Amino acid sequence: MTFQIAISGFVALYIFMLAGFAGWVIIGHVPAILHTPLMSGSNFVHGIVVVGGIYALLNASTLQEQVIGFVAVLLGAGNAAGGYAVTDRMLAMFKTSAPAGSHAAHGKSAKVKSIHAKKKG
Amino acid sequence: MLDLLPQLGIAAADLAAAFLFLYGLHRMSSPVTAPSGIFVAGIGMAVAVLASFLYAFDVGSAARPDLIVNIALALVALALGGGVAWWSGRTVAMTAMPQMVAIYNGMGGGAAGAIAAVELYGDKAQGMTALGVTLLGALIGAVSLSGSLIAWAKLDGVINKPVRVKGQQVFNGLVLLATIVVGGSIVGAGQDGSGLLALLTKPGWITVFFGCALALGILMTLPIGGADMPVVISIFNAFTGLAVGLEGFVLQNPALMIAGMVVGAAGMLLTLLMAKAMNRSVSNVIFTNFGDAPKHKQGAIKGSLKPMAPGDAGIAMRYAASVIIVPGYGLAVAQAQGKLFEFVKLLQAGGVSVKFAVHPVAGRMPGQMDVLLAEAGVPYDLIFQLEDINDQFASTDIALVIGANDVVNPAARTDKSSPIFGMPILNADQARKVFVVKRGEGKGYAGIVNALFYGDNCNMVYGDAQAVLISMIEAVRGLGLPAAA
Repeated sequence: MTFQIAISGFVALYIFMLAGFAGWVIIGHVPAILHTPLMSGSNFVHGIVVVGGIYALLNASTLQEQVIGFVAVLLGAGNAAGGYAVTDRMLAMFKTSAPAGSHAAHGKSAKVKSIHAKKKG
Repeated sequence: MLDLLPQLGIAAADLAAAFLFLYGLHRMSSPVTAPSGIFVAGIGMAVAVLASFLYAFDVGSAARPDLIVNIALALVALALGGGVAWWSGRTVAMTAMPQMVAIYNGMGGGAAGAIAAVELYGDKAQGMTALGVTLLGALIGAVSLSGSLIAWAKLDGVINKPVRVKGQQVFNGLVLLATIVVGGSIVGAGQDGSGLLALLTKPGWITVFFGCALALGILMTLPIGGADMPVVISIFNAFTGLAVGLEGFVLQNPALMIAGMVVGAAGMLLTLLMAKAMNRSVSNVIFTNFGDAPKHKQGAIKGSLKPMAPGDAGIAMRYAASVIIVPGYGLAVAQAQGKLFEFVKLLQAGGVSVKFAVHPVAGRMPGQMDVLLAEAGVPYDLIFQLEDINDQFASTDIALVIGANDVVNPAARTDKSSPIFGMPILNADQARKVFVVKRGEGKGYAGIVNALFYGDNCNMVYGDAQAVLISMIEAVRGLGLPAAA
């Protein structure tokens, strides 16, 4: 038994197709007001590249590979951490004018929800 | 059995991460649930990064002697890259958000390119498919890295003007062609480099390939002007996603493939939306030197510019029943979003109905105005997008245009010869009265005279947006009117 993942040719294309479609549909629902956080949020998500960098660095056997691998992890970590920091900061600022506005972030206020529903419709 | 545990751990963690990314992005589709969405995606990232150290149990024999050093290097790189980026992301001004997103995006592209470089120089990618995909990912990642850096330099003001040379597009095309030829011959060459031109060794050609790709990103981005940045930033975001997805295939890591492709598709969609909002195709934005086009014959404009004192404009709005505010990049430049909301609160206290109308490409990245207004504390239910508010201008007393120009130019509706003809605009000209806050009499990014400014119902308020708003606030306060019930 093995848990080694092997993805070849067409399986890869299926994954790409389904993931691309999922991305298209999910982002299609995002209102224009959230386009900046969405962009930096998806920017954060491709920071997952840091995992590939760690893989490359751990498997490095020459000095050249170590240097490039180090750069890969450095840049990938920057992408992920920076993307998260700015997205989180921006999203915390979106408030409604409802009295319960300050709790909007928790999504618990019925009033906030109703305002949002009205806006969408 | 025990030696399979690390593999199982990585596989399970990556599966969880892929799910959490999708679910997190899904939650970002509403301002109410969005903060929890990024948190969910963040957990996915943490899980995947922690689990990736399990690769240490599974390294090839060649790398085993260096393993401890490599783990230490990885931890240092994580702490250093993550720490600096976290700190900068937490402290940067909201108005600088577009360039920050550009630079983080470039880092992602660079990381994807670096992974490809390790695979290529170390001869780890075997077979035509793997080599081809690695090179494609390397090309896209490198273009995204150097292009994003140029975009950052432009947004940050390091580069002030679009750099345009005659024959630039032909030259760019040749560089792209060269990159593809070099890449193709690397794929076609034998393991020892036989089949390549004897000019260079195989690693030498790989270096040429990366050099060409990086140059291409720079050359592509240099001629593009500031107002086209929303399209450029989204397209590089999509590029980095694609590069990450492709390198994910090379590393046989489905989490990278899925996350990369989701972002790639999302970025493409956003790019198309932005291009549509400017009534231009994506290739038109990338390949034509907009604003530098031969000057078209401007239709004669009737009327004159009528300047007005900021205080008078402020008082007029205080006595109006309804005001719609159209913010543009000038508001961000003047950092006046806080003062603007202070003024709006004064109006609201007097019973004036105030709304904000935001054009999709106002600012330097998609949705930048929404973020700036949110930073100032403007509730998002006061902010309306173009299609939701455009009919309301006709029944509004006053439209206040701050630092916006082309997005309210009626020529887009009427003047067929105008370069922005057909672009959806905000109908500010249909309001009973229009006040335009502007630094001077200059033209907009498109270099076109704005007929709105010459309209009978329009007054110009010249000055820096922040200074103008301060005068307006003082004038309205000076009235000493009681607040409406």
